[in-house]
Amino acid sequence: MNTITRRQALGTTAGALTALGIAGATAHAAATDSRATQPVGTVDEVYQGRRIQITPAGGGHHNGHHGGGHGGGHSAGLPTVLIDGRELHVMRNADGTWISVVNHYETFTDPRTLARAAVRELQGAVLAPFAPMGGPA
Amino acid sequence: MTVRKNQAGLTAEEKRAFTNAVIELKRTGVYDRFVTTHNGFIMGDTDSGERVGHRSPSFLPWHRRFLIEFEGELQKVDPKVALPYWDWTADRTPRASIWSPDFLGGTGRARDGQVMDGPFAYAGGKFPVNVRVDGRAYLRRSLGSGVAELPTKAEVDAVLNMPVYDTAPWNSSSNGFRNHLEGWRGANLHNRVHVWVGGQMATGASPNDPVFWMHHAYVDKLWAEWQARHPQSPYLPAAGTANVVDLNDTMRPWNDVTPADMLDHRKFYTFDTEPAAAAASQR
Repeated sequence: MNTITRRQALGTTAGALTALGIAGATAHAAATDSRATQPVGTVDEVYQGRRIQITPAGGGHHNGHHGGGHGGGHSAGLPTVLIDGRELHVMRNADGTWISVVNHYETFTDPRTLARAAVRELQGAVLAPFAPMGGPA
Repeated sequence: MTVRKNQAGLTAEEKRAFTNAVIELKRTGVYDRFVTTHNGFIMGDTDSGERVGHRSPSFLPWHRRFLIEFEGELQKVDPKVALPYWDWTADRTPRASIWSPDFLGGTGRARDGQVMDGPFAYAGGKFPVNVRVDGRAYLRRSLGSGVAELPTKAEVDAVLNMPVYDTAPWNSSSNGFRNHLEGWRGANLHNRVHVWVGGQMATGASPNDPVFWMHHAYVDKLWAEWQARHPQSPYLPAAGTANVVDLNDTMRPWNDVTPADMLDHRKFYTFDTEPAAAAASQR
């Protein structure tokens, strides 16, 4: 389904990502100089045995258009958060905090904190594709 | 006429009728359609874009309509069934009777969060989690671990006292009654209960846990109580608001129902204790 093509598409644009101010998720890149190969906001770490990869949004601002209604397609204004290569659906709140589909009613200060909370919640389980049953009936 | 009762006072027969009807809807696939719809709106509703089911003024009328539809499906199975409500300010521990094996079953085991007793335990074979955000097909809970305490009566009262229904920018950063009840701001009522239950209830696929309906039936009752306290306070916004369901706009996915249609719950059901008389005397 379209999740595959979306993931493939994201892969092809990964090299062109621009630095965006993603509060709190910058520690990794901040330790390197301005020629760092990883843009600000990028995370690639192993946490409790799971690989977390975060790439910042590829253009536009954080409050850009989000998916539009049914099934929640990925939007240009959000970072991509992967856990063991599978995309975690995330959303930014108006106050700058973050939620994910596995911790939907609890806010987090930045995508890394959110991803780590998802790893704890998953207890080893793998993420399902977005909208596994295809959106509203 | 449907009468929604406090779950704590249900008879053994009423509990059995409710859980049996839920399991029948699961068997026929009707149940999972509701989970799918909810998760679709959870993922689609955003603070800066179109928003209908959550983080917006229509959070309350949308869920009222959603519950009426679900209750109607239960009643096709068993006409005597009504949605019970869970007053989590009163029944606020994992030892409350709502979590007994003869009703919803208890918290999950430590190892994997799996609910091991009650009619919805995975081992019973009648309640697989099919619409899910991860690979796990068993109902999970971890009562009281994501957050220690459920909201108190005093916290609820403070929110019920807010006189304005909702405010611009009509999202998770709004002031007013709706957003404080939803929980994105302030003491946090509705959202916190989802987190307290844990498991699927903490995810976008939260209706996978039958307690979803009883939680939202109580949130819905709190809306009715708020109306009784503030009879002059209208649903807002009234008209012309981009991305937001105004009073007379239709709501997806039904497209034939408006918030205005949902304001008076007594057209559809009553509560065992109607809020109007008691609340009016407090004013």
